[in-house]
Amino acid sequence: MSAGPYVLRVNGNDHEVPDAHLGESLLWVLRERLGLPGSKNACEEGECGSCSVQVDGELVCSCLVLAAAGVGREVTTIEGLAPDGELADVQRAFVEAGAVQCGFCTPGLIMAVDTLLDDLPDDGSDPDDLIVREAISGNLCRCTGYGRILEAVSIAADLRRENRT
Amino acid sequence: MTIARTLDDACVALAEHPDALLLAGGTDLMVGVNRGQVGFDHVVVIDRVDELRGWRREGDELVLGAGLTYAEMGRGELPVLLPALAQAARTVGSPQIRNAGTLGGNLATSSPAGDTLPVLVALDATVVLRSSHGTRKLALDRFVTGVKQNALEPEELIEAVRVPVLDGPQEFLKVGTRNAMVISVASLALVVDRAGRSVRVGLGSVAPVPVRAVEAEAFVDGAIDWDTGSAPEAAVDRFAGLVAEAARPIDDQRGTATYRSHAIGVLARRALRRAFPGGAP
Ligand SMILES: Cc1cc2nc3c(=O)[nH]c(=O)nc-3n(C[C@H](O)[C@H](O)[C@H](O)COP(=O)(O)OP(=O)(O)OC[C@H]3O[C@@H](n4cnc5c(N)ncnc54)[C@H](O)[C@@H]3O)c2cc1C
Repeated sequence: MSAGPYVLRVNGNDHEVPDAHLGESLLWVLRERLGLPGSKNACEEGECGSCSVQVDGELVCSCLVLAAAGVGREVTTIEGLAPDGELADVQRAFVEAGAVQCGFCTPGLIMAVDTLLDDLPDDGSDPDDLIVREAISGNLCRCTGYGRILEAVSIAADLRRENRT
Repeated sequence: MTIARTLDDACVALAEHPDALLLAGGTDLMVGVNRGQVGFDHVVVIDRVDELRGWRREGDELVLGAGLTYAEMGRGELPVLLPALAQAARTVGSPQIRNAGTLGGNLATSSPAGDTLPVLVALDATVVLRSSHGTRKLALDRFVTGVKQNALEPEELIEAVRVPVLDGPQEFLKVGTRNAMVISVASLALVVDRAGRSVRVGLGSVAPVPVRAVEAEAFVDGAIDWDTGSAPEAAVDRFAGLVAEAARPIDDQRGTATYRSHAIGVLARRALRRAFPGGAP
């Protein structure tokens, strides 16, 4: 069953999706039709978080979004965080903390942390440890043991704050 | 594909395509679609129907839209008005799942492990169903009829769920292998109606459908000292035992029946103690 041509708005640009099937997930369309392989495909059932993107500013698993139902929404992928090739704050923090090993979970985690920092109150306090753990609880990493990821979040929070003031 | 904007749009599309896939947050449905297990040739998307979004208060009742997400259950005034539902929502999946998954989707899936169901059964919720033929209302225990089975007719959708606003503490507790991203092995919702001097208990994952622990409720209503808000230790023990007897669990890959019966008793004791701290040894 064809979904007909439709337009998805991804990272601020409209992308025509010419002849997709109706059952394709947003993750599939991003990777296979729009040439945006940053969002990773692992479990395809919402458990691992490696396909996380923002849809209208909310963190979701792109594998659980029907692509054709995303028409008229604003999709942000990992590629959209650093459009000019310069690393975004959360990316820099991950590099600095050494929070990346095999790297497969990294795009999804960075999208999760970016959403967390967007939603934090602007009072200059560090995000509470429990809040941080909860925010990344939908993203599995099998290499790092999470210690350095938590460190990266704290660095990213500082960078985001500096940027605001 | 139909992207419905109004409830009427959705009902008309469902009447025209009775076999259509009705899609809300997609967190149950897309798992099957990705595996190629769900065949369909039309989709009706309802996540942009304003009438299904959010919630409102009508007198002593809350009308929860079927499109209410778990994230929304934990925001604003709802955690104050419906603490057990907010607590249940916070245990669902992950932030990603909570941003997309909806109340209507949880009800329609009718899984014994659906985390909103013990709360709704404890609250004596009413499910409001809608189709192009009109509206009907069903008590929750009439709506969920078996494991992944319910009273939804073809062409029908869930519009809302109505629950009372009660004065009294509420608890939701769930046992699983970790705190996040876990399907419950046993879950329990306890709500107190101080005005009516009654305690209501809903159980999840320990029977084919969400059940009430009716005998435990009747016993504890009479055992609580409502003036001081205290429960004698012996009454808490007996209450936990009666709750465990109300469960009809099975063995499956997530746990044994014996473990579930034990766990539900532990949850019952813990929830009652939290609601009535007075009288603890
Ligand atoms: C990784 C992961 C973790 C999860 N964790 C939990 C958990 O901890 N606890 C839990 O309870 N569930 C959990 N779930 C299951 C799921 O998220 C919930 O059941 C959710 O509420 C489904 O809602 P949805 O809007 O995403 O439904 P959808 O997937 O859109 O739809 C599910 C079903 O409901 C039907 N439907 C949806 N809305 C309506 C309506 N208004 N009227 C009639 N039919 C409707 C659909 O047609 C479909 O049959 C999890 C799922 C995933 C993928």
